[in-house]
Amino acid sequence: MSNEENNKEMKELLKQAIAPARETELRRDLWPRMLRKLEEQPAPVVGVPWFDWALAAILSAVLVFFPGSIPALLYHL
Amino acid sequence: MELLERFAAGDLEAFEALFRAHQKEVYAWVVRIVRDSGVAEDLTVETFWRIYKSRARFDPAGNFRAWARRIATNAALDHLRHSRRETELPEDLASVGTADPAVRREAREQIRKAFSELPAKYRLVATLSLIEEEPYMNIAEAAGISVALVKVRVFRAVRMLRKKLNSLGVQVNAI
Repeated sequence: MSNEENNKEMKELLKQAIAPARETELRRDLWPRMLRKLEEQPAPVVGVPWFDWALAAILSAVLVFFPGSIPALLYHL
Repeated sequence: MELLERFAAGDLEAFEALFRAHQKEVYAWVVRIVRDSGVAEDLTVETFWRIYKSRARFDPAGNFRAWARRIATNAALDHLRHSRRETELPEDLASVGTADPAVRREAREQIRKAFSELPAKYRLVATLSLIEEEPYMNIAEAAGISVALVKVRVFRAVRMLRKKLNSLGVQVNAI
């Protein structure tokens, strides 16, 4: 049996048990709820991702422990 | 400044205008996935909350509708993941208004049970493709995956359902 036939057969089977959603109309305005959520949980200030901090830490460590690498770094900047 | 630009810049009035313009569409999409009106309302608000939080990453030249649908799909998927064990398909949405009378009630319940036990990502595509008959392309766009992957997931969902139903004693071909 092909995939399409398989799907068709299962579709028919499912239709007999689970009808497509009929009530898809939103019955009320959700903006008041949205506004409450916005007031309760102000959007966080966008932070610096952890991997940027990790990269900065690694770079700092390299500069501290291998100061000879500073000219090479400056050359490549 | 255009509405989407104002929204991306953090203008609350622009966000409200977008919310009012798209809430019905987002709800209609989500309720087809989660099949519960109360949960769908919560997820609609959650979707717009995520949209609002991510506004700085939105490209005003982009398609807000498609972006909102993708975020809504992710929110619905998260819900399916966390509530898979407890979720039963509610009667009002899942009942069979046009059911074949020959199908036994018990068999229908077994089918609903097997379906509700599918892993979330398979249940998502199976609901949209097999029950709601949404085109593969739309599912792929909403889920952020390729059409080929949607087809693979539908195929696997069908295989899992068949296996589950057989283990529950429901003969797929006999119904």
